[in-house]
Formats: sequence, structure tokens, C-alpha cells
Amino acid sequence: MAEAYMALAAFLVVNVGAGLWRVARGPTPADRMLAAQLFGSTGVAVLLLLAEAADAPALRDVALVFALLAVVAGIAFVKLGWSQDPLAEDDHAD
Amino acid sequence: MPISTWLSIPLLLAGAFFFLGGTIGMLRFPDVYTRLHALTKADNLGLGLITGALVLEADGWAVRAKLLLIWILVLAATATLCHIVARAALERGIRPWRRP
Repeated sequence: MAEAYMALAAFLVVNVGAGLWRVARGPTPADRMLAAQLFGSTGVAVLLLLAEAADAPALRDVALVFALLAVVAGIAFVKLGWSQDPLAEDDHAD
Repeated sequence: MPISTWLSIPLLLAGAFFFLGGTIGMLRFPDVYTRLHALTKADNLGLGLITGALVLEADGWAVRAKLLLIWILVLAATATLCHIVARAALERGIRPWRRP
């Protein structure tokens, strides 16, 4: 089963890599931040799979910290990192 | 293979499918609200399915409880963040996408 877990973890990392395209593309700051959230939820799954595959229980604690940090980062972004100016740019380009 | 493995393999595959759907939605959907929808629903279901598979394979109830707790924490955190980001986007004047 360890090989299956590793393969699935690799597949999820490819998913995160695809999400990088959204970071580059935007168009609003929130879209870029959402890709960071994708890292959060997918990263938790990757870490849980690796914890089981590599028999490293400490990785489950890392996953727990990831889950917490993702939401803290999101709230910090909304409160501090996103300016209050109404966005004039068209969000529906593609 | 034990029966738990036969049960967990479909769960893992379904989880991978939902993560793939979340990523495709993230890349293809037209605005921030629909992307939030893909990210916070599909990915959390995928995480739940993978957690379920790992719960079946885990040895010991402490590990199982911890896995479930992690999933519940992620669910609560992501749902909260989804509402915060969507409300902030509305306040900043981003209009929800409509079919042209």
C-alpha cells in the first residue's frame, strides 16, 4: 500500500503545481490567495498520505499545523494584505 | 489483501478524482466566487475520502481519531475562510459572474 500512497501523494503535488498557474494569472489578489489555500488543503492530504506511507507519525502534526496556518494566512490576507480600493479591473476575462 | 484495503482503494481513487476536480475548477471557473466554491467543497470532500481510506488502514484508535480531527479542523477552517473571502470580495465591489 505504501507505493499507492506515494503515487497518490505525487498526483496531489502535480495538482498543486497546476494551481500555480492561477497564482501567475490572477486576476484579483484573492485569486492568487486561493491558490495558497489550495496548497493548504492539498498539502494536508499529501502529508497525511506520507505519514502513512513512510511510517512517520510526526507528519500528521505537520498536517495539523498546515491546516491552522492556511486559515490564519487567509484571514491575515483579507484584513491586511488586500487594499480596500474597489477593483476596477474586469474579473471575468476568461 | 485484507478487506480494509479493498475498501480503502476506491476511497483513495475517489479522493484523487475530487482533488482533480477542485484543481480543474480552480483553473477553469470564471471568477473568485466560483473558484472558492471549487476549492472549498471539492477539495474538502477529496480530503475526507482520503482521510477515510487512511482511517481504515491506520493501526490504533488514537491515530484514527487524530485523522478525523484533522479533517474536521480543515472543514471548519476552510468553510470560515470561504465566507470571509467571499464577503471581502463583495465589499470590494467584485460582481459575481453571470452567464453572458
